[in-house]
Amino acid sequence: MRIGLFATCLGDTLFPDAVKATAILLTRLGHDVVFPPGQTCCGQMHINTGYQREPVPLVRNFADRFGDASIEAVVMPSGSCAGSVRHQHRIVADRYGDAALRAGVETVSAKTYELSELLVDVLGVTQVGAYFPHRVTYHPTCHSLRMLRVGDKPLQLLREVEGIDLVELPGAESCCGFGGTFALKNAGTSTAMLHDKTDSITATGAEVCTAGDSSCLMHIGGGLSRIRSGTRTLHLARILAATRTTPDALTEASV
Amino acid sequence: MSTFLGMPAPPPRPPPGTGNLRGDQAFPRAAHDELGNDQLRRNLGRATSTIRAKRLHVTGELPDWEALRDAGSAIKTDTMNRLPELLEQLERKVTERGGTVHWARDAAEANEIVARLVKATGSDEVVKVKSMATQEIGLNEHLESVGITPYETDLAELIVQLAHDKPSHILVPAIHRNRDEIRQIFLDRIPGVDPELDNVPAHLAAAARGYLREKFLTAKVAVSGANFGIAETGTLAVVESEGNGRMCLTLPDTLITVMGIEKVLPRYQDLEVFLQLLPRSSTGERMNPYTSLWTGVTPGDGPRDFHLVLLDNGRTAALADTIGRAALNCIRCSACLNVCPVYERTGGHAYGSTYPGPIGAVLTPQLAGMHAAKDDPNSSLPYASSLCGACFDACPVKIDIPSLLVELRHQHTEQTGVTTEKLAMKAAAAVMRRPGLYTTAQKASGLGRVVAGRDGTISRLPPPFSGWSDSRDTAAPPRETFRSWFASDEGRAALRAAATEANSARAEENSDHDEKDAT
Amino acid sequence: MNSARDTVLGRIRDALALAPTPAVAVPRDHRTGRVLPDDERLALFTDRLLDYKAGVHPCTADRTADIVGEVLREHGVRRVGVPAGLDGRWLDGYEGEVRQDDADVSPSQLDALDAVVTASAAGCAETGTIFLDGSPGQGRRALSLVPDLHVCVVDLSTVEAGVPEAVARLVPERPTTLISGPSATSDIELERVEGVHGPRTLVVVIRTDA
Repeated sequence: MRIGLFATCLGDTLFPDAVKATAILLTRLGHDVVFPPGQTCCGQMHINTGYQREPVPLVRNFADRFGDASIEAVVMPSGSCAGSVRHQHRIVADRYGDAALRAGVETVSAKTYELSELLVDVLGVTQVGAYFPHRVTYHPTCHSLRMLRVGDKPLQLLREVEGIDLVELPGAESCCGFGGTFALKNAGTSTAMLHDKTDSITATGAEVCTAGDSSCLMHIGGGLSRIRSGTRTLHLARILAATRTTPDALTEASV
Repeated sequence: MSTFLGMPAPPPRPPPGTGNLRGDQAFPRAAHDELGNDQLRRNLGRATSTIRAKRLHVTGELPDWEALRDAGSAIKTDTMNRLPELLEQLERKVTERGGTVHWARDAAEANEIVARLVKATGSDEVVKVKSMATQEIGLNEHLESVGITPYETDLAELIVQLAHDKPSHILVPAIHRNRDEIRQIFLDRIPGVDPELDNVPAHLAAAARGYLREKFLTAKVAVSGANFGIAETGTLAVVESEGNGRMCLTLPDTLITVMGIEKVLPRYQDLEVFLQLLPRSSTGERMNPYTSLWTGVTPGDGPRDFHLVLLDNGRTAALADTIGRAALNCIRCSACLNVCPVYERTGGHAYGSTYPGPIGAVLTPQLAGMHAAKDDPNSSLPYASSLCGACFDACPVKIDIPSLLVELRHQHTEQTGVTTEKLAMKAAAAVMRRPGLYTTAQKASGLGRVVAGRDGTISRLPPPFSGWSDSRDTAAPPRETFRSWFASDEGRAALRAAATEANSARAEENSDHDEKDAT
Repeated sequence: MNSARDTVLGRIRDALALAPTPAVAVPRDHRTGRVLPDDERLALFTDRLLDYKAGVHPCTADRTADIVGEVLREHGVRRVGVPAGLDGRWLDGYEGEVRQDDADVSPSQLDALDAVVTASAAGCAETGTIFLDGSPGQGRRALSLVPDLHVCVVDLSTVEAGVPEAVARLVPERPTTLISGPSATSDIELERVEGVHGPRTLVVVIRTDA
């Protein structure tokens, strides 16, 4: 399958390893990964902070770069960006866009998937040949869980990973407290939520906390690092991309 | 009046100053104080986790729960579309059955109507059933100011009233208090209470029963809210647990019910939906102990005089917003509060309104407005959420609260003038719309490596990011972006290796097949 | 002319004109018209009532007086209130004082009763709910509220499977009370406590052949 890879602005700039892992994983599964170079950002941060005029060009750019019919599916290693494309681009296009933009958004959002959805629903695989001999706990991020409804797809994938010791995270479905600019505007409340999340993670004794969103992992990882917890964060794509021959380095900065 | 001219005018927000729809300080500040209260955190954490489990148990028990939610949502939406005719029908039916209907444009008018009706009975006290509408309009404060003593009779409202406190939860207004605190409030404030009173909830409830018994048996006037008002029949409904509602609705000669105009339901049959949705979402029970349904006045049974006060107080302003209007569908079950990670940590007082939690964060600004001046506490409410979406899942009438929050944030930024944040957002969008500029900016972000410590993390950032760095380390930006890696020799080699692996796996698979074919 | 009325209705019409939304069809795909056999309804109704800490006594109609008498004796009832229209034979097994209620009996006089015995209009098995609507034998609402013990006689034939079926039995104009167990509160740390202002004890006599 010819798959368009959307790196997300955060992934492209700050957490490229998760995007690299996504590209390598899909290529290893025999797919043709294309990276439209004109891509930038989905505009989620703008929309969630209350700005809908400003991201109109971003919404248009996304639809333009990935609208090409030769791209059969668009994937991104982020539940919240996929959620924004699928649920919020329409709102912006309806309010401030023209007919062409609305049509473009419809086309592209219908073929947009978060990584675990693409693997399980579209490509029909749960066994991706990964090897990751570590104790791992999985945090379902809010937008993948409640906006995209990915359900247990990430866990289906993780359960098939060879050598993994997968442990359940208590209170897994509680928000980690990130919420984009929420973490800045309501830093106190966000921190209170983060502390409960890092306590739960630490209690599992896991070496690695994984999730499908680099943004939430940046938040959780930042908290774990501050309390000098032994647990590190790693994007789901990196676990799935790791094999016996090319293990994840586990040495670079988190996520 | 405006309709006579054929030019619809946006309905006004109620004038500020009366009622409880606006706090004194913005949410982050108010929350800051509450977050430091460990006792509050423990009380709330315990209470909300208990109720969450109960709710999931009894909603999971019904195979048609989702169908009930769909029906409830559609009935409420249909109601809003037909509000004028339904209210007129309700008024006609209540009047036919011997009741009197009053209309109040805002809190002040509703308060005056109630005070006037109470005074006309000659009574200088009223017993009250827990009611969000009368909390919203500040009825108790008004009655006291004109020499009428209101007695709250719901246990939690009584605790709040005795402590001169404010409710912090829609269903359990004293959820922020634990049994020891409640015991102390009773010892301090209930005249003649047993000084040996301990902290056992059953004993505390018994003390409240003893205190209020005489009031119920002698009260001449009661004030209530209403959960539903049925247009088709003129029937009103109060859903409760303790029996204080039945006492107030049945024993006094005069009953005054204050109901928001959005509480009307078209048909009596609609109760079959809401009597399943509300108790299961609210207390996590299959049915609450008592529900009272009454239609006007019944000779020989209950009050001889019944007044219904229909309240606007910003509801029509909310109705004028296609998206925001959905918040009026709320049936006040409080399930969204109980699942909200923000509410669980800050409690209800931080919202500064009768309506706390996720629904409060969308309802309060719509009823009372978000004044463009940026220090209006109500302007901070739509931001008091991480948009985690747990509230939407829990809502029995499927109000998409996260989308409403995002919409109200948008309305807020549209109303405010130029702010630093807006400039930053514009600048960011301007860069991100041009891939060339974007790539340059990405390179600049690599400069963050310079400020990182030896371990590759940044532990202190300047405002507005200092709130972040107070409790989180930030990894230094990587040497190389994804797009430069993808275009690099290293990237190409890595992907080629992966492709080779795919090809060899495919070849192996094929040869497996061949072997099988051969055997 | 009430100007507040016109103003509010005018505002609503303005709001709907400014923000028109398409008419919605109300889906009613939830369960309605369910019919369960007697034994299943009895089992479900009993289970729910017990769950809410109500006393439950299934019996045949000819034993009504025996059971009512036993329950009143067990609770040491010396003075019981009954509504007009209650089948007098139900109290044949009771030896204490019986007072028939009327509209002139004051709340304080009701408070002096040890118990009340009433019939009922309908029941809902799935939620353990009893419906009283003020018909003969059920009395005015205050009567079944003020005394501390409520003995309610329910005919199994009036107990429906679920809420929609039970609501369909109601007469909207009658003052109706839905009762699910004794009065209760969860206002202190969300811990459920039975017995606040309403009757602290509810005993349901289910007549399985009536």
